[in-house]
Amino acid sequence: MNERSWDPSRPIVSIRDVHKSFGDLEVLKGVSFDVMKGEVVCIIGPSGSGKSTLIRCVNALNSIDRGSILVEGQEVHAPDLDMLELRRKVGMVFQQYNLFPHKTALENVMMAPVLVLKEPRREVEERARTLIRKVRLDGKESSYPGELSGGQQQRVAIARSLAMRPDVMLFDEITAALDPETVKEVLVTIRELAEEGMTCILVTHEMGFAREVANHIYFTDRGVIVEHGPPATFFTEARDPRTREFLSQIL
Amino acid sequence: MIESVQAYFRALAETHPKWNFIYLYDPVQAARIAEGLWMTLQLAVACVVFSVLIGVAGAWLQGARQAVVRAFVQGYIQFFRNTPPLIQLLFFYFALGQFTPTYSPDGWLEVPVISNVGWAIISLSFFAGAFNVEIFRAGIEAIPESTREAADALGMSRLQIYVYVVFPLAFRVSLPALNNNLVNLVKTTTQAIVIAVPELLYQLVSMYNDYSTSQNACMLLMFVVYITLVGVLVLGMNRWERALRIPGYGA
Ligand SMILES: Nc1ncnc2c1ncn2[C@@H]1O[C@H](COP(=O)(O)OP(=O)(O)O)[C@@H](O)[C@H]1O
Ligand SMILES: [Mg+2]
Repeated sequence: MNERSWDPSRPIVSIRDVHKSFGDLEVLKGVSFDVMKGEVVCIIGPSGSGKSTLIRCVNALNSIDRGSILVEGQEVHAPDLDMLELRRKVGMVFQQYNLFPHKTALENVMMAPVLVLKEPRREVEERARTLIRKVRLDGKESSYPGELSGGQQQRVAIARSLAMRPDVMLFDEITAALDPETVKEVLVTIRELAEEGMTCILVTHEMGFAREVANHIYFTDRGVIVEHGPPATFFTEARDPRTREFLSQIL
Repeated sequence: MIESVQAYFRALAETHPKWNFIYLYDPVQAARIAEGLWMTLQLAVACVVFSVLIGVAGAWLQGARQAVVRAFVQGYIQFFRNTPPLIQLLFFYFALGQFTPTYSPDGWLEVPVISNVGWAIISLSFFAGAFNVEIFRAGIEAIPESTREAADALGMSRLQIYVYVVFPLAFRVSLPALNNNLVNLVKTTTQAIVIAVPELLYQLVSMYNDYSTSQNACMLLMFVVYITLVGVLVLGMNRWERALRIPGYGA
């Protein structure tokens, strides 16, 4: 019922003082930020700084030790969480695509809506075909993941996630495993999504893309947000020496 | 045609008493062979099917959250893998058979609800099933955690992930090992002779006890039948393996 009380003027994702350790290793040391509906937020930072861990906490693939994460006003780490509801609302795309290799592109996209949402196949198939067209893979419906390039697989993965009609999308370095030529085709898809008003949280190293598409950029290092701001100021006025060093290496 | 073949082997038995192919000219003996062959086939098919089902269920239970369940499956595997199937057959039939209820079809004779054929199927299925659990488990472990995670992030339940994602992939990985185990199982069905299951070996042994000159001919038939039976199984499994091959996936 809490969820009904959420209204879009409040953050769709609200992360408050999140702490997370793996054994003795404290990976997140009090991270907080908000994302409003329709915003695109980019998280950047050196490898191992906890970016993946952080976004995996948002859809409860990881648990947290302390703090709070609200999605549409609902506590993600409450013991009575409706996991299915959360997973429906929050879509995720991974660096390694993680498609189901024994299913065709179309079947990959259809699987969750049919099994999880129990929607009629016919309806789901129509939507899946539309989504595959949207990510510009018309004609690849019956190809298996192993027959597709990395960029194509990643776009199937995006379509698969969108088929659940999520309210928020998480992207974890989804272009990091692609060759430079195919990076663009995936980024085009994400930009279109952003333009349509999809709320996106992206972990990325594509600074040009972040500058262009993001509403807000967060720089994390060793489990804390060191610096953040809208792209206009973030890239030019970064004060923290670690951020500047990182940016100078990557730009 | 048939009569001339029968006449030929009748004559052969006269001139060469060591080569009495009695089942090729005596219809009564031929019927015994047919009966034994039919029983062997039923036994083999039933045990193959049940042992695979036990393997599938056992591999699922091995991933159970309750430690008791996992320990139970482990105990089952150890028991059946580390004792000879011959002793298992004897144990099931003579020890457990005593405690099974009986019924009386004619109000006179008491018949146990599980016949010796039933016990052979149970015992041999559990025997091969123990190996199948291990075989499927190895297959499941070969499936990357990230694939499971993608299904998890789409809201699929643990059972759905097993049935629609993990098992179909693991099964393909397991096929060569499964193939070996099923061949072994088909050969092991001959041991049902110790609890007087009237399968092919039983029929042949009683035949050459009745007609000692037919011993060589009976042995020969045994080899021919098993080479054919296992050959058909291997051929079928190879075909299945090819049919399940995913374009662009694996080796
Ligand atoms: N499941 C896990 N178990 C143990 N350590 C982990 C696990 N996941 C991540 N880590 C560790 O947490 C740290 C942060 O990892 P990660 O969030 O993947 O960083 P990033 O995505 O920024 O590269 C790393 O040191 C990593 O080894
Ligand atoms: Mg990462």
